[in-house]
Amino acid sequence: MDIFGMIITGIGVVFLFLGSLGIFRMPDVYNRVQAGTKCSTLGCFLTIVGVGIMQPEWFWKTLIIAVFVLISNPVSSHALGRASRKKGISLCDKSVTDKTKEFKGYKE
Amino acid sequence: MEENFEPLAGWLRSLEHPVLLIFIVVIAIGIILCIIRMVKGPTAADRAVALDTATIVTVALLVLLGFIFDRYIYLDVSLVYSIISFVGIIAIARFLEKGI
Repeated sequence: MDIFGMIITGIGVVFLFLGSLGIFRMPDVYNRVQAGTKCSTLGCFLTIVGVGIMQPEWFWKTLIIAVFVLISNPVSSHALGRASRKKGISLCDKSVTDKTKEFKGYKE
Repeated sequence: MEENFEPLAGWLRSLEHPVLLIFIVVIAIGIILCIIRMVKGPTAADRAVALDTATIVTVALLVLLGFIFDRYIYLDVSLVYSIISFVGIIAIARFLEKGI
């Protein structure tokens, strides 16, 4: 059980590092939102649940924290991306299409 | 839950499993990359996104540190930290969209 939890925690740590690398490397705010949110949500979930498996007395509390992160992190990142698009921050040069120009209330 | 209040008693667990120290170093490198983007970022939205990711990574780091030091109270700290981070990021997004 110890080795199993350690492997799950290791996978989660790798996902967290890749999410932070995406934040550092991506060229645009929307790409950063996408890379950071997906990788950090899955990595945080796996890391916390892995700690709960390694320490079985803590399992339910770690599950509560993990489910709260799983719900709240995509909501906050979606709010950030929508706010930056409504404010009119432009996409990067390599972007192909932008369907949000046809929507109401979005600039440019 | 029995709390162990001897100073640095939890390092014994990290010496049993040295891979936990590697996990902590990798997570710390990730937080440093987020902080670099938060300093460099061209617009305010970039800084807010980097702050969001840095707080989520910090929640995972707190739970892992609570396992290493064998402190049950760190789980409460990480839960409150994630709630405050969520409310703060929503407030920053509302401010970026419409202004106060």
